[in-house]
Amino acid sequence: MNVQLQHIYKNFGAVQANDDVSLSVESGAIHGLLGENGAGKSTLVKILSGFITRDRGEILLNGQPAGIKTPADAIRAGVGMLHQDPLDFPPMTVLDNFVSGRPGGLFINQRAASHEFKALTSQFNFELDVDEQVSNLTVGERQQLEIVRLLALGVQTLILDEPTTGISASQKSALFAALKKLAAQGKSVIFVSHKLDDVAELCHAVTVMRAGHVVGTATIPCPSARLVSMMFGRELAAPSKPQTCRDDVVLQVQHLALSDGRMDVRIDRLDVHCGEVIGLAGLEGSGQRLFLLACAGILRPAAGDVRLHAARNGLSSMAGKPYHDFLKAGVGYLPADRLREGLIWGLTIQDHVALRTPASSAFIDRDSTRQNAELAIQTFNIRGRTDTRAGQLSGGNQQRTQLALLPPALNLVLMEHPTRGLDIESTIWVWQQLIARCQAGTAILFASSDLDEIVQYSDRVIVFSGGKVSAPIDTTSLSAETLGEMIGGKF
Amino acid sequence: MDFNQLIVILATAIATATPLVFASIGETITERAGVINLSAEGTILLSAMTGFAAAYATNNVLAGFLAAAIVGALIALIVAVGAITLKQSQIAIGFVLAMLCGDLSSFLGNPIVLVPGPTVPSLRIPILQDIPVLGPLLFQSDALVYASYLLMALTWVYFYRTRNGLLLRSIGEQPAAAFARGSNVVRMRYFYALLGGALMGIAGAAFSLDFKAGWSHRHTAGYGWIALAIVIFGGWNPLRAALGSYLFGILQSLASVAQSSIQNVPTQVFSVAPFVLMILVLVLTSGEWLDRLLAYLPAAWRRPITRAIHAPPPAALGKAFEQD
Repeated sequence: MNVQLQHIYKNFGAVQANDDVSLSVESGAIHGLLGENGAGKSTLVKILSGFITRDRGEILLNGQPAGIKTPADAIRAGVGMLHQDPLDFPPMTVLDNFVSGRPGGLFINQRAASHEFKALTSQFNFELDVDEQVSNLTVGERQQLEIVRLLALGVQTLILDEPTTGISASQKSALFAALKKLAAQGKSVIFVSHKLDDVAELCHAVTVMRAGHVVGTATIPCPSARLVSMMFGRELAAPSKPQTCRDDVVLQVQHLALSDGRMDVRIDRLDVHCGEVIGLAGLEGSGQRLFLLACAGILRPAAGDVRLHAARNGLSSMAGKPYHDFLKAGVGYLPADRLREGLIWGLTIQDHVALRTPASSAFIDRDSTRQNAELAIQTFNIRGRTDTRAGQLSGGNQQRTQLALLPPALNLVLMEHPTRGLDIESTIWVWQQLIARCQAGTAILFASSDLDEIVQYSDRVIVFSGGKVSAPIDTTSLSAETLGEMIGGKF
Repeated sequence: MDFNQLIVILATAIATATPLVFASIGETITERAGVINLSAEGTILLSAMTGFAAAYATNNVLAGFLAAAIVGALIALIVAVGAITLKQSQIAIGFVLAMLCGDLSSFLGNPIVLVPGPTVPSLRIPILQDIPVLGPLLFQSDALVYASYLLMALTWVYFYRTRNGLLLRSIGEQPAAAFARGSNVVRMRYFYALLGGALMGIAGAAFSLDFKAGWSHRHTAGYGWIALAIVIFGGWNPLRAALGSYLFGILQSLASVAQSSIQNVPTQVFSVAPFVLMILVLVLTSGEWLDRLLAYLPAAWRRPITRAIHAPPPAALGKAFEQD
C-alpha cells in the first residue's frame, strides 16, 4: 500500500512534536524513519496508526484520503503498528492475545483461530506456543505475536517502532527476514529506529527527522556519516578508549557461587584492576545480573568471596557485609531498569540529589540541594529542570541523571545495559563520562547485549551462557563473530 | 446433627448467599473493566431501601428490583464519571459514596422502617426438586436464586468464551493495547461499570425483598464490604466469586447454628464471626506462604495449580486511561 503523510502538525503543550512533516512510502518498500530520541518519529507513526490524533495534515492511502482518527479506523484502512513497548496482555495466553480485538461472531472459535495462528507463524518461522502465557515470552516473541496478529487482521502497511531494542541477534534476523518477505508481497513497512546499522541493513529508503522536522530523505545505500550529520546536524565520532589499566586490584572474586533459585553461576577467580573495563557478554538472563548484584552487595553469594579494595588496608573480604559497606568501599551500581531500581518515579531531580547527600541534619537544605541539582543538570547535560520528576525524563536523560547521582570518587562502577534505548549522541556522551572515570582509576564492569559496545569499550570480556562463565578474554584478540559463537555456549 | 439437617443448613447457606453472588459478580465485572466501585456498601444499602420502598408502593416485587437496579447503576454512574471522565481517584469517590449512600438510606428510609411489604414468592422447580440431595439443596428456593445460577454461568461463558468478554478483560488489563486494537475503552468502561452497579443494586433488593425481607436502619450493614473482599478472594473470576459468596453463607449458617446450641456467649460474637473467618480465609488463600507450599508440588502439577490459585488483579485496575 502506498502511504503518504502530508503536512502533519502535532504539538503537546509547548512542544512541537511534528512540525509540517511529510513522508511518502511506496508499496513493497521498507522505509526507515531515523532520528534521535525525541525527534518526533514515534509521534508521526502513532498519528498514522490512529493512536494519536493529529492537529492538522492529511493521510493518503493509495492516493485516497484516509480519515484515520482512531486505531480502529487505521486497522480498517489496513495500517497496523507494533509499539515500542509491546501493547499486549501479559497474563493472557498467546491465543487470547491473537484473538482479542478481532472482528467476528459472539463466540470465539478457538480451534480455527489456533489453526490460522499456526499457519501464519510457520510461514515466518516463528516458534510460538498458542497456550503459553504472554508474560513468559521474550520481547522478541511478543513482537512476533503482534506481527502475526496484525497480518491476520489484513494489514497492508506495517509500522514498527524501535523493534530491535531488547531482542536477541537470532530474533533480529528472523524479524528482518519476515519484514523482507512482507515487502516482497507488496506490503509497505515503516521501520522506526535510531540505529543506523539496522536501517542500513534492512531499508530501501530512509527519512531522517530532527526536532519535529523532516531533515531529508535518502536511498540506501548511503554513507552513514551523511545520515549521522542529518540526524544531529553535525558529525559524531565514538570516543576511543585509551589504555587506562593499572596494576592495583580493586575487585577480586574467589570461588564465587551465586544462585537465584533458577540459575547457578560459578566464577572461580577474577581480578579487576584499576581503570579497567570488563564487558559481560551473553543473552539476557545468563547470569550477568547475578554477578553484578553480588559485586554490588545486593545479592548474598551462596559460597565464595568478593574482595574489594578498601582505603588503607588493601583488599578486604566483603563476605556477609551489608550493602552499606559496599557503598563505603566505593562501589556504584546502575541497574538496567532505571525507573524501577535506579531512580524513583515520582521524585524530582532535586529530591534525588537530596536523597544522595549524606544526612547532616533532619531537615533538607533546600537551597544547597537546588544548587547541586542545577549543577548536575548543567554538567551532565540533562534535559529537565530541578523540579522535573524522574518518570517524566526520557531514557537518555534518566541515564544522565543516574550518572550524575553517582558519587564523584569510586573504585568500581557496575552497570547493566548502560546505553540501552539511548540515541547515538547520548550513547557517546555516556561513554565519554565512563572513560573519564576510568582515567581517574575507576574500574567498570558492564553487561550489555550490544556486542559492538562490548568489543569497542572493554579491555577484557567475560561471556555468560546459561550460568556458564568463560575465562576473561582480551578484547584485542576478539571479534564480534567469535563473541557471538561464545554467547551461543561454545567455550 | 443428622443428614437432613445438614442439607437444610447448606440449602439455607446457598440461598442466603444469593445477594452476595449478585454483588460480587457485579463488582467482578466492573473491576475486570478496570474500574473499582468501592461504593458497594452504600449501593447495597440504598438500593435495598429503594427496592423495598418501590415494591411496597406498587405492591410489585419486580418494580422493586427494577428500582434497585436503577439506583445501583446511578451510583455507579457517579463513580464512572469521576473515574473515567474526570480521572479522579476511584478510591476516594467510592469511599465517600459508600458512606454517603449508607447514611442516605437511613435518612430516606425512615418512613418504611419495619413495615411489612411484598417478598419474592417461593418457586420449586418441578422434577429437578425431586433429585436426591441436589433437589432440596438447589431447586426448592425461589426465582431469584435460580437467576443467580444463571448469572454465574452466563458471566463465566461471557468472560472466557466470547469475543466481547475477551475485550472486557483486555480493557482492564492494558487499556492502551485494547485501544490500539480498535476498542472504545471509555464507552466500554462506562457500560461495564453501570452493569456491575445494576447487579449490585439487585443484590440490595435481594436482601430487602427476599432473604432479609423488610427495611430497618443499616439493614444490610457489612455485606458491601464483604462483597468487595470476595471479589479479591475470587481472583476476579465470576465462579470463584460465587464460591466465595457461598463460603461466607455457610460460615453464617454455622454461626447461627452455633448460636442456638452454645449459650453464655454474647450473640454479637456469632454475627461477627463469619466476617472475621472470611478475612482469615482471604489471608490463608492469598499469602506468600502458599507459594512456598506450592513449591513442594511435583513440577507437572505446579504450573496449572499455581495458575489457578494465583489471580493477579487486572493490571489497570483503578487507573484512568489517558489517550494521547
